[in-house]
Amino acid sequence: MPIEIKMPALSPTMEEGTLAKWLVKEGDVVKSGDIMAEIETDKATMEFEAVDEGTIGKILVAEGTDNVKVGTVIATLDGEGEEPSSGERAGDSANAQPKEAQPADKAPPAPESNVPMAAESGTQQLHAAAEQKAKVSDPAIPEGTEMVKITLREALRDAMAEEMRADERVFVIGEEVAQYQGAYKVTQGLLAEFGDKRVIDTPITEYGFAGVGAGAAMGGLRPIVEFMTFNFALQAIDHIINSAAKTNYMSGGQMRCPIVFRGPNGAASRVGAQHSHNFAAWYASVPGLIVIAPYDAADAKGLMKAAIRTDDPVVFLENELLYGRTFEVPKLDDYVLPIGKARIMREGKDVTIVSYSIGVGLALEAAEKLAGEGIDAEVIDLRTLRPLDTETVLASLKKTNRLVIAEENWATCSIASEIQAVCMEQGFDDLDAPVLRVTNEDVPMPYAANLEKLMLVTADKIVAAVKKVTYRG
Amino acid sequence: MAKAPALRKAEPPVPNRERPDEPKPYEASKDELIEFYKQMLLIRRFEEKAGQLYGLGLIGGFCHLYIGQEAVAVGLQSALTEKDSVITGYRDHGHMLLCGIPPQDVMAELTGRAAGISKGKGGSMHMFSVEHKFYGGHGIVGAQVSLGTGLGFSHKYKGDGGVCLAYFGDGAANQGQVYESFNMAELWKLPVIYVIENNQYAMGTSVNRASAEDQLYRRGESFRIPGIQVDGMDVLACRGAAEEALAWVRAGKGPIILEMKTYRYRGHSMSDPAKYRSREEVQAVRDKSDPIEHVKKLLEEKGVTESDLKVVEQQIRKIVNEAADFAEQTPEPDAAELYTDVLVEKY
Repeated sequence: MPIEIKMPALSPTMEEGTLAKWLVKEGDVVKSGDIMAEIETDKATMEFEAVDEGTIGKILVAEGTDNVKVGTVIATLDGEGEEPSSGERAGDSANAQPKEAQPADKAPPAPESNVPMAAESGTQQLHAAAEQKAKVSDPAIPEGTEMVKITLREALRDAMAEEMRADERVFVIGEEVAQYQGAYKVTQGLLAEFGDKRVIDTPITEYGFAGVGAGAAMGGLRPIVEFMTFNFALQAIDHIINSAAKTNYMSGGQMRCPIVFRGPNGAASRVGAQHSHNFAAWYASVPGLIVIAPYDAADAKGLMKAAIRTDDPVVFLENELLYGRTFEVPKLDDYVLPIGKARIMREGKDVTIVSYSIGVGLALEAAEKLAGEGIDAEVIDLRTLRPLDTETVLASLKKTNRLVIAEENWATCSIASEIQAVCMEQGFDDLDAPVLRVTNEDVPMPYAANLEKLMLVTADKIVAAVKKVTYRG
Repeated sequence: MAKAPALRKAEPPVPNRERPDEPKPYEASKDELIEFYKQMLLIRRFEEKAGQLYGLGLIGGFCHLYIGQEAVAVGLQSALTEKDSVITGYRDHGHMLLCGIPPQDVMAELTGRAAGISKGKGGSMHMFSVEHKFYGGHGIVGAQVSLGTGLGFSHKYKGDGGVCLAYFGDGAANQGQVYESFNMAELWKLPVIYVIENNQYAMGTSVNRASAEDQLYRRGESFRIPGIQVDGMDVLACRGAAEEALAWVRAGKGPIILEMKTYRYRGHSMSDPAKYRSREEVQAVRDKSDPIEHVKKLLEEKGVTESDLKVVEQQIRKIVNEAADFAEQTPEPDAAELYTDVLVEKY
């Protein structure tokens, strides 16, 4: 039996990739450790090594093929002493189909994988919800504006690049932001355009470089400090809170700290407890900070530009699972969104579902399911968590009289708790049911796929909560 | 039996890289010496007054006095130019006065009044003046070292030729972020002078109880940052060290460390009974090494008379008393100020 060589998953979020280049041809003898192919993931071009020894039998997916699903058989390997699996010994077929000549949609159908993904996890559901809801548009965008489809990661990069072009004081600093092109590729291309004076790789010293950034901001510059993830920003939280957030107040308004701390926040895929923490409520509790957590690419771009421009320190919480998601972004020369304004993602009259960041995808998915059952849900994306747009939330509550908050976070002392408090204090007379929180389970993030799934918030849990508050359960 | 290795002739170790020269004591003119004297005396009298107002309940919270350490800031900051910046921790009153911030603005901040440099919202530990290039005034031990490195970064980025003087104490010298900052500063050749004000005690813990390497000027060695140990009780030695350090940094050679051996006469803060050292120890330093007495002697050698110095003393007392009177009488912040300056912009 020939050994099947399958399209590998080369990052936690990778579902498919481009088979960029074959480095072996049919008939080549390979041994373990030999590099067989180059594969482009959503984040980088990776080398794909052989594990088993043998002779390349048949190459089934030509180089240049895009959207090859993880698990797809891309070649066969004949083990020692086996007959070659195909007569085509000449290697020509492997290199015969360059990308241009063979667009992905015309490529010979890649054989279906018999193992689609190793296991279904909770983060895959979050990820999938964002995909389903990728087509959202903001009513604030002028009618007739051309929309372009880009990934959220590209939107963030474009925002930074535009602001760097416009303002010499803006620079990016962090781990792997320059030569590596960003650990999550968000800063890709910035080094080439702006040089190493303005795109600066640091040692792995979060406390130190967050302080250097804050000091540079006090000295009149406009730093964008990237944390590889916000989990590591715990080492630097002293500078975010004590140095950046409090400076303007403590100085009676004369010393400012215009800085953006940005990076992925919240659960990524299968990375366990220390790398899956949502810090939104931590930062949102601190006066002096602006906290932004966008859901789609247009908001990411418009709000990142606003974050870089404001004179206040900003914590900008991104989501790794959303980086590779494609959304429509308006093609405008200078797309800047107001900080502190929520957005109604879907209008409805029966119940309000409030969320932010990746939870918005779930909320929209839940709203669709509910629509099928005759419940018309309004979905609000908070977008900015400090200052909180309570006006939009309360106006919606006034209309629907029922409210559920969906948050990829723990419930205790969460943004959801805060919204509950706001509804209680300022919207009590509008309430026809208790405000419910739909959040993660109250445990550290487990690694096992099934447990991760149990731990995380889901659209079904939102649906169940909505049924409770609408007394339809 | 193995042959014993031949005895090598002892040779002085060859430095493996360029090092700054040993600084020379500054040769001050009579006028400069008088100026140093005035500045040191201003700090001392100001701090004594602050201590007095604290005792009267006019100053609250934490209040850290600089008495005994005056020569350090006076010597170093006298060498700075307008393009340079200063940042320090919470023992900051003296540094602020030397940056040219009016004494009454500082004193009114200590009493928590609207006319204070931070509108009464900062207090002793949190004072800033961007106008005077004084960037705080930071209450978290060691934070100013990373922030100061960032100020150095901004000088280099802007190409304004400035240098950041980043002060910290022997206690902060053990903080992790200090070394993270050293590493980046040397890597990027940032114009920063790290000044370790070694006053021997981090609150109640003496240097050798807290520091495995108690020669703090060596703390930059593994980052290739040279260090110089300086007599921090001698204003001319301090100024001489500043000249050498500024020449090094301005030449683009990266950061440098100055360890200033000094001593604080008072407790760590106003509420510290200072039981960790003897009265005799403090008295011995006052008697033998007082930085102000030292300059006084030098001035007498240059022919300045006792009555000349009395006049200076009176001038200083007048400035300090006026600042204190102002700080007592000027009103507290308006209640509406509670909500201002939280954010710069409106959203």
